[in-house]
Amino acid sequence: MSTTDPIRLSAIDQARALREGELCSEELTRAHLDRIAAVDGDLNAFLHVSEAEALATAREVDTARAAGEELHELAGVPVAVKDVVVTQGMPTTAASKILEGWIPPYDATLVQSLRAARLPILGKTNMDEFAMGSSTENSAFGPTRNQWDRERIPGGSGGGSAVAVGAYEAPLAIGTDTGGSIRQPASVTGTVGVKPTYGSVSRYGLIAMASSLDQAGPVTRTVQDAAALHELIGGHDPRDSTSLEGGFGSFTEAARAQDVKGMRIGVIEELEGEGFDPLVRARFEESLAALEGAGAEIVRVSCPNFQYALGAYYLIMPSEASSNLAKFDGMRFGLRVVPEESPTAEAVMKATRGAGFGDEVKRRILLGTYALSAGYYDAYYGSAQKVRTLVQSDFAAAFESVDVLASPTAPTVAFRLGEKTSDPLAMYLNDVATIPANLAGTPGISLPSGLAEDGLPAGIQFLAPVRADDRLYRVGGALEALLEDSWGGPLLAQAPELSGGIAR
Amino acid sequence: MPTIGRDDVARLADLARIQLTDDEISRFAGEFDAIMDAVASVSEVATSDVPATSHPIPMTNVFREDVVTDTLTQEAALAAAPDAEDGRFGVPQILGEE
Repeated sequence: MSTTDPIRLSAIDQARALREGELCSEELTRAHLDRIAAVDGDLNAFLHVSEAEALATAREVDTARAAGEELHELAGVPVAVKDVVVTQGMPTTAASKILEGWIPPYDATLVQSLRAARLPILGKTNMDEFAMGSSTENSAFGPTRNQWDRERIPGGSGGGSAVAVGAYEAPLAIGTDTGGSIRQPASVTGTVGVKPTYGSVSRYGLIAMASSLDQAGPVTRTVQDAAALHELIGGHDPRDSTSLEGGFGSFTEAARAQDVKGMRIGVIEELEGEGFDPLVRARFEESLAALEGAGAEIVRVSCPNFQYALGAYYLIMPSEASSNLAKFDGMRFGLRVVPEESPTAEAVMKATRGAGFGDEVKRRILLGTYALSAGYYDAYYGSAQKVRTLVQSDFAAAFESVDVLASPTAPTVAFRLGEKTSDPLAMYLNDVATIPANLAGTPGISLPSGLAEDGLPAGIQFLAPVRADDRLYRVGGALEALLEDSWGGPLLAQAPELSGGIAR
Repeated sequence: MPTIGRDDVARLADLARIQLTDDEISRFAGEFDAIMDAVASVSEVATSDVPATSHPIPMTNVFREDVVTDTLTQEAALAAAPDAEDGRFGVPQILGEE
């Protein structure tokens, strides 16, 4: 495949090509649909492809552009949406049997923003059921495969969105991040993912897992693309009472600045040693050295309470999930299973939830129910909420002396499909570096740091104070340029061509 | 912390309204002690002088203007219902036989 193939361009370059009349949105959208048809039977990044709707939007954009209408910068550039985000008239399942075939009667606010800017929506991406997992193996509709090695996991829960952009099936995708579900898939697929400040992007229309942790954000191949998509979907929404009113700098300007002179970067001591694979750490150190060479100052900081973050997260998240998922009761929408012997409402609820939920969803609802039950509430949920305060204090103390914090995004490269499915605790450890940001509401970015163990991608994560998302784009944009200079191009260019792809 | 056995899992599943098979009850009972042991470390630092945080960015009294806005039509609200009748959700019998 030639490098001028439009699907290989960044979203911003695709937008430029559309503006300059080098191609039209219908061609661009069709090229992505063709790519999906060629490779997704194998990768399974999409649960639903909305070909007719995407092409209709594309043709509207082309007509509007020909008529000289003012259009959004990204108008006509296709996007894929994680299946946990509701889309009017388009199936939304959260990768669960309990919602199979459900057509939502409304759009999430961020989907309204995508539609208003006229981005053709290619379809809905695969994920762990209800976003519970770190490998997309908990999808009720089969796992997504990593485009670097199809025997490996794509990360989770948003493995579908990460692979969709990483395998050139979509230039842009939407993810959600409750404990790392945007950043960890980005890390193991060689792509870029941003968890915005909590409240930066509306949660209205996200199928909630843990309401105080969930945040939607951009999944892309470049830092500038992430900044542009974040600006499009961000902003205050009166329908989300936790939505923030402005106060953010320009993300796209920061991503273009490529200037880290004088920036103070704190390496989190608790997240760089034991448990992180040697080559993952080596790529991390090289990334820091590149930033130092560009004028940044690297210091070590300690966040002593981060070691308790994983425990707090795996109490708070199941507790909130057990409450949020109570709405799936077989009464108003979704699956209903009626047991013959006892067709009462209670029996119907139990049968429906027993048949409709997968293992991990049941596990977390039961753990949450336990943590919230009388006699254990103070010891578990109450203590976890206190740890949340301590994690926030660690962040506040660290940001008194540094502008951003850094760590490897995930401890390892992509592991093999099936390797950790029988050990829930081992699976939970994948989130050790990403969880603190969710507990504190702070923003985080993951971008590729290079190839590590087994020639697979690793990621570096930066964290910034609440509302300082622009700093992530500044440091991310700068590091991406430095590393791509040293690699002679994007990391994804080193990924194997997919057999069954258009190239072969 | 106490051991979580099969009876406890069955009780939790009942509270959470999830029908579990015998195999599922055994499997979860075998896993939950290890998971709860791993997360119980939070109590080491959760001393009485530390305030609890329920929400990452505290806000109070978030209201919108009290104006009528569009809502779903009855038809749209019922479109995905497993059962509907006379413009209402059709639900199973709420009370038991007795």
